[in-house]
Amino acid sequence: MAETAAKVQPVMQPPAFTNPWSEGWRSFRSNKMAMAGLFIILFFIGAAIAAPLITTFDYKEQDLMGRLQAPGGTHWFGTDDLGRDIFTRIMYGARISLWVGFSSVMGSILIGTLLGIAAGYYGRWADMLISRGFDILLAFPGILLAIAIVAALGPSLQNALLAIAVVNVPVFGRLVRAKVLSLKNEEYITAARALGMKNGRIILHHILPNCLGPVIVQGTLGVATAIIEAAALGFLGLGAQPPEPEWGKMLSDSRQFIATAPWTVIFPGLSIMLTVLGFNLMGDGLRDVLDPKLKN
Amino acid sequence: MMLNYTIRRLLMLVPVLLGMTIIVFLIIHAIPGDPAEVILGEKASEESKQALRQELKLDQPLYVQYGDFLQNLVSGNLGTSIRTKEAISEEIMPYLAATLELTIVSMVFAVFVGVNAGIISAWKQNSWFDYISMLIALIGVSMPVFWLGLMEQWIFSLKLQWLPSIGRMNPRDPIETVTNLYTIDAMLAGRWDQLWTAVKHLILPGIALGTIPMAIIARMTRSSMLEVLRSDYIRTARSKGMSQFLVIYKHALRNAFIPVLTVIGLQTGMLLGGAVLTETIFAWPGIGRYIFDAIGSRDYPVIQTGILVIAFLFVMINLLVDLLYHAVDPRIRYD
Repeated sequence: MAETAAKVQPVMQPPAFTNPWSEGWRSFRSNKMAMAGLFIILFFIGAAIAAPLITTFDYKEQDLMGRLQAPGGTHWFGTDDLGRDIFTRIMYGARISLWVGFSSVMGSILIGTLLGIAAGYYGRWADMLISRGFDILLAFPGILLAIAIVAALGPSLQNALLAIAVVNVPVFGRLVRAKVLSLKNEEYITAARALGMKNGRIILHHILPNCLGPVIVQGTLGVATAIIEAAALGFLGLGAQPPEPEWGKMLSDSRQFIATAPWTVIFPGLSIMLTVLGFNLMGDGLRDVLDPKLKN
Repeated sequence: MMLNYTIRRLLMLVPVLLGMTIIVFLIIHAIPGDPAEVILGEKASEESKQALRQELKLDQPLYVQYGDFLQNLVSGNLGTSIRTKEAISEEIMPYLAATLELTIVSMVFAVFVGVNAGIISAWKQNSWFDYISMLIALIGVSMPVFWLGLMEQWIFSLKLQWLPSIGRMNPRDPIETVTNLYTIDAMLAGRWDQLWTAVKHLILPGIALGTIPMAIIARMTRSSMLEVLRSDYIRTARSKGMSQFLVIYKHALRNAFIPVLTVIGLQTGMLLGGAVLTETIFAWPGIGRYIFDAIGSRDYPVIQTGILVIAFLFVMINLLVDLLYHAVDPRIRYD
């Protein structure tokens, strides 16, 4: 009885449903560079979270007797001019860089998307006003504008984060606006409107989900830029303040010892570069997955 | 057609430039600290500070100060530095020239290496050369320029002692300035030894500043080349028996170069203002440092004018690139 039922039942299999996310993940996984990027990012996230478990040193703890020690068994990356363990400082520093990278990009995405939708969807004077605003902001070299903003607000990590977020708003704003403009005249949007759907619903259910792909790609690459910009502001003394173990600040504090203790400069710089490389690799990989039109 | 387009683009620049002056003006005046105190020192009497504030019109309402600033700007008066009391329009020139010289050297390096690496990578796609140069390009875009500069100094100045680590010139043998572009000045004076010294000072900062654009240009050239190499007219050129070299450099590059041109323009503009980090590392007396130091001493007029000059150049370079499109690709229509 059971056997016959089993035989009769699945005559017509429905076409295999493939979840776009799992399909995307499969394609992402086969991209070696992207996976390398993901691995680097996870590595630094792990270091940031597990810092107190991995190292027994305190990132603020000074040891003037043991200053500028070369890398070795106790101090894997050596010590800086105040005798602080560089390995420890780099792991705690990952917290700062990742936090600034993620949160400033989140801020840029939020404001950029709102403005981009307003400009693209509603058009007319809103578009005119917002687009000119973007033009103006983009006309400044990013780092210079960030320096000016931090100078006005006062040097601190929070203000550096804010400045970086502001500087990158137009990048996302323009992206979303362009995407909205191209979506607006799609037939399914016209259909939704003909069915009496309200603007808010159309934006939420049809426009926003379609903007997601490019925004994720640009956001990943944006984290890379934000981390470099934060380190640059730190290097100029406009970002995190001592004794915070910010990588850029570590570089500028140690540059005078480069001849005698090059490790004080090599490791923080290497960490910035690797983290940024990770986000760039992953951004490129995501672009291949989420934006197949741009693929070579 | 072309003239119409140019005029329209220039007109469209007016609101952008105006907006830029407002933003810069507002940011500058939000900077905390009293310029009068900075100039006279903390011990100065309240009366003398007040007198100075009046002289500098710092006691006027913001919109009056902005009006004055804009009026002066339009009439070509770029203001006076609070710190040095010099006219900014004159004072800024050597700094601008220093940055310009550095930017040109960086871009020549970036374009030459980037374009050729991109071409060869596309030509020998999936070869070792392709993999390695694209890996270098990826590392290049991820490299913090200030760290690259420090590493260069460590290796090439401190360890190998091949090149000078800071400055533009040997300070004991100053150059006779005419254009403030030291390489040109040295040639004008016929001082070939000085030219060599100036060039040696340019190499490290030039490479540091040029690395990111080089990497971006290499990647852009490669992907643009790959697209063009697949097109029919390239197949035709090949089937005619044309040599690989000619096909690539004569036919393919012409079309592949158009998107690369945008990147070059954009990057040149970025370097002009973004050079502040490189200038800090190499003690290069450029415009970025000029503005950065002015922020430290609350020299409002210098910060204002400096940022505006850079932003203005940036906007103009982008316009120029847009117009250049036409020369490179007559298919582009302006409407």
